[in-house]
Amino acid sequence: MTASLDRTFAALADPTRRAILAQLSAGEKTVTELAEPFVMTMPAISKHLKVLEVAGLVSRGRDRQFRPARLEAEPLREVAEWAHRYREFWEESYDRLDEYLEELQGRRKEDNA
Amino acid sequence: MPSNQLMVTTPSDLEIVMKRVFDAPRDLVFEAHTSCEHMRNWWGPRKYEIVDCDYDFREGGSWRIVHRGPEGEDYGFRGEFREIVPPERIVWTFEFEGMPGNVSVETLSLEESDGRTTLIATSVYETVEARDAMLDTNMEEGAAETWDRLAEYLTEVATRK
Repeated sequence: MTASLDRTFAALADPTRRAILAQLSAGEKTVTELAEPFVMTMPAISKHLKVLEVAGLVSRGRDRQFRPARLEAEPLREVAEWAHRYREFWEESYDRLDEYLEELQGRRKEDNA
Repeated sequence: MPSNQLMVTTPSDLEIVMKRVFDAPRDLVFEAHTSCEHMRNWWGPRKYEIVDCDYDFREGGSWRIVHRGPEGEDYGFRGEFREIVPPERIVWTFEFEGMPGNVSVETLSLEESDGRTTLIATSVYETVEARDAMLDTNMEEGAAETWDRLAEYLTEVATRK
């Protein structure tokens, strides 16, 4: 699982690949369909798909001509869960720090008054 | 209006970087990190209460914080202060007691601009395994992720850049 999480992170590090995954979250798509919103050639998109496939994030259909790409949720779910919990801890801590800093600033103003 | 949202990135295999802007001067953000009295007011999720805190804030000093969850479960965290440069930098180690030996080094840098402070926390783990092990501790909850949340998450990640 740890090695695969690494591969997942590496695959997700690229904005185009994240955009491809976002598209696939709506359902299966062919390379042609996936290339549409990008200013990118189909071979370039295919290359990104290959990285996603190796990371286990995407699988390709059997249809020899079109080989539609499909989102594989499991590795993403793992990343999403981690990202969610890690973020949650610090998001909430820093939101609290925000409030606390406001309080401290208020106190400081009173002291200076 | 600039966003005060937390940004989390993993720029390399060994790092986790968090960035957050605060509407407060740098010396105050720094001060909020310097004692138990301050830490109690903000460190950790709201539903957790800090039940034990030792905080020897000087280079070479150690710290330990234990917080208690809603079901009464305690989680301990510890480390030591390696470098303290008020009000711009703190380098300290971080270890979750549930995973002893997995120590990361965190560098907090504080930058002030127009009375606002940007905090950048860079955590570096010794090995990829150590970082990922840390990630694994966060996996116990929320096992039933739905496709809706996944799509939401993807959209969020895709639009973040």
